[in-house]
Amino acid sequence: MSALAYRTLGLIWLGAVLFFLYAPILVMAAMSFNASEFYQLPFRFSTQWYARLADNQEILDAAARSVLIALCVTAIATTLGSMASIAMFRHEFRGKRLLQVLLFPPIAIPWLITGTAMLIFFFGVGLGRGTPAVIIGHVALAIPYVIVVVTARLATFDPTLEEAARALGADAWTVTRRVTLPWIAPGIVAGALFAFAVSFDQFVVSYFLSEPGDSTLPVLIYTAIRKGFTPEINAISTIIITLSMTVMLIAARYSKFGGDR
Amino acid sequence: MAIHPAGQRRLGVLGLLSPAYLWLTVAIFLPLSAMLYFSVLSDVPFGDTDWHYSLENYRAFWENPVYATLLWKSVKLGLMVTLVSVLVGFPCAYVLAKVIRGRARETLFLLVILPFWSNSLVRIFSWAIVLRGNGVLERSLNAILPFEVDVNLMFSTAAVVIGLVHSYLPYVILTSYLGLQAIDDSLIDAARSMGAGKLTILARVILPLALPGVLAGAVLIFVPVVGSFMEPRILGGRVGTYYGTVIEDQFVAVFNWPLGAALSFVLLAVVLGILALASPILRKAQT
Repeated sequence: MSALAYRTLGLIWLGAVLFFLYAPILVMAAMSFNASEFYQLPFRFSTQWYARLADNQEILDAAARSVLIALCVTAIATTLGSMASIAMFRHEFRGKRLLQVLLFPPIAIPWLITGTAMLIFFFGVGLGRGTPAVIIGHVALAIPYVIVVVTARLATFDPTLEEAARALGADAWTVTRRVTLPWIAPGIVAGALFAFAVSFDQFVVSYFLSEPGDSTLPVLIYTAIRKGFTPEINAISTIIITLSMTVMLIAARYSKFGGDR
Repeated sequence: MAIHPAGQRRLGVLGLLSPAYLWLTVAIFLPLSAMLYFSVLSDVPFGDTDWHYSLENYRAFWENPVYATLLWKSVKLGLMVTLVSVLVGFPCAYVLAKVIRGRARETLFLLVILPFWSNSLVRIFSWAIVLRGNGVLERSLNAILPFEVDVNLMFSTAAVVIGLVHSYLPYVILTSYLGLQAIDDSLIDAARSMGAGKLTILARVILPLALPGVLAGAVLIFVPVVGSFMEPRILGGRVGTYYGTVIEDQFVAVFNWPLGAALSFVLLAVVLGILALASPILRKAQT
């Protein structure tokens, strides 16, 4: 085969994979605008499911709760994660390697295990289930992502800039605020968006930690799916997926175009 | 009393690091320890239950073949999903890393990675709509093909595999892409100029160099798939009983937390074993 044939074959393969990745999402989005309750074709355009959504207090409450939790998680995880990244960047100390390795369990251990372990522990210490437990759990899952992203940004930072600022008489806080933070700001923004996505899309840990009747949006959707599908779930799912893809597109912009050029 | 500069520095480091790591301790490491403790209890130690230390939960795992069978079923599912993802994802990563250049590559790469950062539950749900009998897949196939076909993949192992591959495919594309991108094109040119054919270059130059990235992606897929429960529940229906769904049941339906904890811990041991085996490879992939 010629080089051109290989190239064409490769591009077809890539196109097929992209089709596989996006087709079901697009079908779901299309069906949320279909008038038929049982996903019947032919397709008739209707926005009735979105209108129904506006009247569904349970879904609206869960959506508001999910956003609120994600915002809390973003604020806490971004602050704590950025602090830890700066400390690890500035200083060499014994055990640093171990601290870096400790970031892997929250990412690498299946959420089923982490989630059930949290449930057991939070019950054991008397916190139980509910929104505070969900926030504590999500923050722990988000911190490693923030540290990884901010650390990657710090790797492009010249530490002699800090030395220069110190030599010119700036105290530690001024150095951080006026020199370090402005440089790593794109990394922190990207880390924050990752943290938001980790929390907003999180299902497994929320599922074990949220209380019935006080659940996040993904947990509510899971419960609803198990009872049977309705186009209302399509509508809310379409909104969710659009929102989280938008957040990630912005994050990609920040982490990539943030200042390397 | 003046604080020694070194002491002050140490305090600064501690102050910056400890909040994050205290949080991880409270929310990850202590819970995992608590789960280990629970797994050796006969009943939950809340209220006025009569509980004592016992290994009966682990004995249940050994004596009741159901658990081991389901764990093996989950491991097989993990291998299947990983294999399919690698076979589909590697060529895709290769095209992205070595065939396409410039802005098109950036855009396509982003398109491949983007679904991975969207809600996994919603994506599984979208497959349920596509795969159900008389659903979109069946109708579009019947519209294209000249003969009637009856496709109802919903509530089958195939549906579970499709959904999981869809969820985790971007992992292996991402890690393979990073591995492939690090290969110097002049190595490939050198092999070609010395007369190596396309297959020889692939087998002797590209694959060995890209292997750490591919394996890293494989591990990242295998581990969560072995512990999956939501995907089999939604797409598998009656055939969707796996090790993960049994653990889920212990916590949300049967309320046998000690048994659930023991089963989780067996799963954790399997996962840690795999991560330990793979860690030299993963470390190599990082550099």
